Parts: sequence; C-alpha cells; structure tokens
Amino acid sequence: MVPVSYYVGLSAILFILGALGVLLRRNAILIFMSVELMLNAANLAFVAFARAYGTLNGQIFVFFVITVAAAEAAVGLALIVAIFHSKQSNDVDEINKIKG
Amino acid sequence: MTADLLLFLVLAVVAVASAVAMLVSRNAVYAAIFLILNFSTIAIFYLLLAAPFIAMAQITVYAGAIMVLFLFVIMLLGGQTHHTRSFIPWQAPLAILLGVALAVEVIYVLITGSSGLPALTGTQATSVAPGFGGPQAIGEVLFNQYLLPFEVTSILLLVAMIGAIVLTQKEKEREREQIRQTMDQTIPEIHAPVETPEPEVPEKV
Repeated sequence: MVPVSYYVGLSAILFILGALGVLLRRNAILIFMSVELMLNAANLAFVAFARAYGTLNGQIFVFFVITVAAAEAAVGLALIVAIFHSKQSNDVDEINKIKG
Repeated sequence: MTADLLLFLVLAVVAVASAVAMLVSRNAVYAAIFLILNFSTIAIFYLLLAAPFIAMAQITVYAGAIMVLFLFVIMLLGGQTHHTRSFIPWQAPLAILLGVALAVEVIYVLITGSSGLPALTGTQATSVAPGFGGPQAIGEVLFNQYLLPFEVTSILLLVAMIGAIVLTQKEKEREREQIRQTMDQTIPEIHAPVETPEPEVPEKV
C-alpha cells in the first residue's frame, strides 16, 4: 500500500496550486475553479486519513464539504452572472466598488 | 515498486499536470475541462482509499453538476479572458513567492512529522472491514451520528437555491418595476374622465 504521507503530500501540492490560482488569475470564474481545487485537495487528505485510521468520520466530512461546495458554486456563479450584467466584466481588478 | 505505488504515481502525475494546465490555460473552457480531469483522477484516488461512495459522489456532484454549472456560466459570459494590465504589478511575483513558501512549509512538516502518521501497510489493507466506505456504512454513520448536520445541510442547500434565484432574478424584477411605473403614469391619463369642452352654443339674441 502507498504510505498515507504520499497522499497528504499530493493533497498539499494540489492545495498550493489552487492557492496560486486564486492569487494569480484575474478572471472570477477561474478563481472559483481554483477554490474548488483547494476544497478537493482538502477532501483528499480527509479520505486518506479516514483510510489510515479505519474510521468513517473523515468520509462523512468529505460528504459535507461536497454539499457546501455545491451551495457555494451556485451562489458564487449567480453573483458572477449578476456582476457581469451590471459591469460587463469578470475581471476582479475592475470590481472595485461595492455600489452596483 | 508495487503495482499500487505505480498506479498512485501515474495518477498523481495526471492530477498535478491537469491542475497546472488549469492554472495556465488562457481559455476558461479548457480550464474547466482540465479541472474535470483532475476531479476524475481524485475520484480514482478515493476508490484506492476504500471510499467508493465518496468517489461516486465526487463524479456525480463535482465532475457532473458543479462543473456543468461552471461551463454554463462560461458559455453564458464568454470564455475568453482578455489580458488587461493588473492594477498591482508586484502581485504575481509575490503570489509565486508565497506559494513557494507554503510549499516549503508543507514539505518541512511532512518530512519532520510524517513519522507520527500511520503508515498504510499491507496488513492494514486487509484490516479494513468489507463494505467500508460503501453506501450502507456511510448511511449508518450519517443517519445515526451525524443526523443534525445532515438536516442543517438541507437548510443550507435551500438557502443557496433561494439566493441563486434571487440574485439572477434581480434584473427582471427591476424591469417589471419600470413597467409598473410607466403603467401607473399612463393609465390615469387613459382612464381620467375626459373633460370635453361644452360645445359653444351661440347665444340667442
């Protein structure tokens, strides 16, 4: 079997790539996708530890994280669509006023 | 090198490569498709880690529902990202520096602290009960131990659904309000009693 530290290392690499995506990309949709990548990296660590300790609690937590990610994607994409309709842009540098 | 380790390494290379490709691709549609590939490889990792239910949920919810939603929005708003100059010129080098710092931190923690982690050895692979991570086992834990969080999740989904509908409905509501105002302005003019001037009767002399 593969040691659990390999899985944690892979999860860390994916998390760092997601964080870099959030910091580097300017498109709001791509920033959202990077956040999803970070959530997936955390999920992978959860499942690896659930497997290592032989308990199901980690997998249940992944279930909840997937649910929250679905809710977050729905609301976030609706926000992006609403902002695009008022600003005609997805660039996070241009969204610098709270007033719509 | 065992077959397990070989499979892990190949899948890890695919996962990291697809994540990097998502990061650097200019077209948002390509980025979404690379992210779907990444989610699929992570689902295979879940299968390797004795979590078949989570793997199927990953495929259906993440690679299916969420990414289709993303693709819908990308198609709706246009996928091409036009390059404008960033308002903060030092942001990209600082971001890469911070990412490298985070990577160094994680590697340090993994090297120094991984002795405390339980190793997945051959004996532990067989020690997991049959059906571990399947729908029945997950359901038993979910509906006994985690019933309240499960119900709270349903409220969260309801709120998210209402929020999404309200956010995208706003424009139509504004248009309807405008139509109502113009109706209010025009209708009284139509229905107001028209004062017809009395026909001038020539005075009889």
